Amino acid sequence: MLFALVRRQRIHWQISNGVKWNIIKRNFMLAIETKNLTKEFNGLKAVNNVSFGVEEGEIFGLLGPNGAGKTTTIKMLATLLKPTKGEAKVCGFDVLKQRDEVRNSIGIVFQEPALDNRLTGYENLDFHARLYGLDSETRKKRIKEVLNLVELEDKANVIVRNYSGGMQRRLEIARGLMHYPKVLFLDEPTLGLDPQTRHRIWDYILQLNQKEKITIILTTHYMEEADYLCQKVGIIDFGKIVALDTPQNLKNIFKKPTLEDVFLHFTGRRIRETEANQNEKLKRMGHRFRR
Amino acid sequence: MKSNNLQTPKQSSRDATGQAIYIMWLREMKRFFRAKARVIGTLAMPFFFLISFGFGMRQGFNLPGMPQMNYLNFLVPGIIGMTMLFNSIFAGISVLWDREFGFLKEILVAPVKRFAIVLGRIAGGITTALIQAILILILSLFLGFKISNPFGIILAILFMILIGTGFIGFGIAVASILENTESFSLIMQLFVFPTFLLSGAFFPVSNLPKWLKPISLINPLTYGVDGLRASLIGFSQFPLILDLVILLIFGILMVGLGSWLFNKTEI
Repeated sequence: MLFALVRRQRIHWQISNGVKWNIIKRNFMLAIETKNLTKEFNGLKAVNNVSFGVEEGEIFGLLGPNGAGKTTTIKMLATLLKPTKGEAKVCGFDVLKQRDEVRNSIGIVFQEPALDNRLTGYENLDFHARLYGLDSETRKKRIKEVLNLVELEDKANVIVRNYSGGMQRRLEIARGLMHYPKVLFLDEPTLGLDPQTRHRIWDYILQLNQKEKITIILTTHYMEEADYLCQKVGIIDFGKIVALDTPQNLKNIFKKPTLEDVFLHFTGRRIRETEANQNEKLKRMGHRFRR
Repeated sequence: MKSNNLQTPKQSSRDATGQAIYIMWLREMKRFFRAKARVIGTLAMPFFFLISFGFGMRQGFNLPGMPQMNYLNFLVPGIIGMTMLFNSIFAGISVLWDREFGFLKEILVAPVKRFAIVLGRIAGGITTALIQAILILILSLFLGFKISNPFGIILAILFMILIGTGFIGFGIAVASILENTESFSLIMQLFVFPTFLLSGAFFPVSNLPKWLKPISLINPLTYGVDGLRASLIGFSQFPLILDLVILLIFGILMVGLGSWLFNKTEI
């Protein structure tokens, strides 16, 4: 059955080898395409030969247990980490050779907060807009727009330190949108938020995808979130993609009632705490001794 | 919001670089003026040094190699050098805090040259350090410090900027290698304090024993303090041009090193 699924994927994604890779490039536009993407930290493969594609306008979910390689994959796609091997393209730009073009076309909301908490919400957005070279008129207009979207207009001039966790996350989503990205990465966008905020963020994500036609790649631990939002999901474990399809197809093929069951089918029930920590440790060591 | 928003507004890269430098500078200014406690804290140390040493050793304190003058006059340029040193290291190493609080990611993922980020940080760091050093200079005037030549102030500011550039570059280099903020105190104890104590801020370097003197002579701050002294009180141990050249080389080297290491930073 697994074999059948893998075959399915190959036909569906057609990116498992070089020849098909070329065909696909001519046929339709992929917002993201990776080929044998690999990242090693001190010999340990955090991401191992990952190949997948995300179509333009899609909401794609990258699912996996702790330390599976989700964040590492996203960081490579966002040009924050250099792949050890393989290649990846974002909006047709190579993440190694065309870093500035990639950076210009993506927005990213990180797992941990990445705001300057001594600046106001408005100033954080203004900082971002200037870093991305927006002119003064576009800046003002866009700041208003994105604040409006995440409903933070009346908190714009409050120092971010005084924001709640949910407000910070909403501000980060707003910031990720400032420079009109074509692809938005959301790393665990609803982690630690109350159901009200979570649902509101889901609304934003769908709204962005539908109204601004932004391709969205998100990682999450919440399967109901992936099922609700994503048109396609990739389950990643030990650095490898183990399943790649629509949530509905996965549920049908494996005859499971929920995506959570499919997920557990692929990744087992063992808790990954140890591996995650080991991974983190190796990552840190890799960072310390990097070239 | 309409889908025609999707076109990314075109900007020339030079414009973007200028914007990046400016916004890094502006951020530093805003953070500086909002952190009043920090400003008072960093001003307090040089101020107490000035009061205690300047007054405590006022009378009959003349080391060999020191000009016949009030010790306060000898001390003030040294304290100004110290203010620049501490604030510059702090400004450079704030990369570490940005890493800790996650903001570094926001900077690193932006489509701007890392060199522009480094320049912006240096510009911001120099401005804040300069504000504090000049405040100390003004304070010292009230305590009885005498500037020998008013035009020397301009030269002194040049020296402050050179000291600042070099040590901010050094701070960025260190912060790019270090992993977490705990290492910061290590750098302070192991590097910054010796740099300050052996810079001739308190006593003429010529008083040091033979084995310690070379350390003082390879210490860039020695030339910074000497240059500040030359410009403010007209006394120096080395030729002014030597001070300038050494600080200039130090500045270029450190900015280069800092940019290079910062450029390699991964998250």
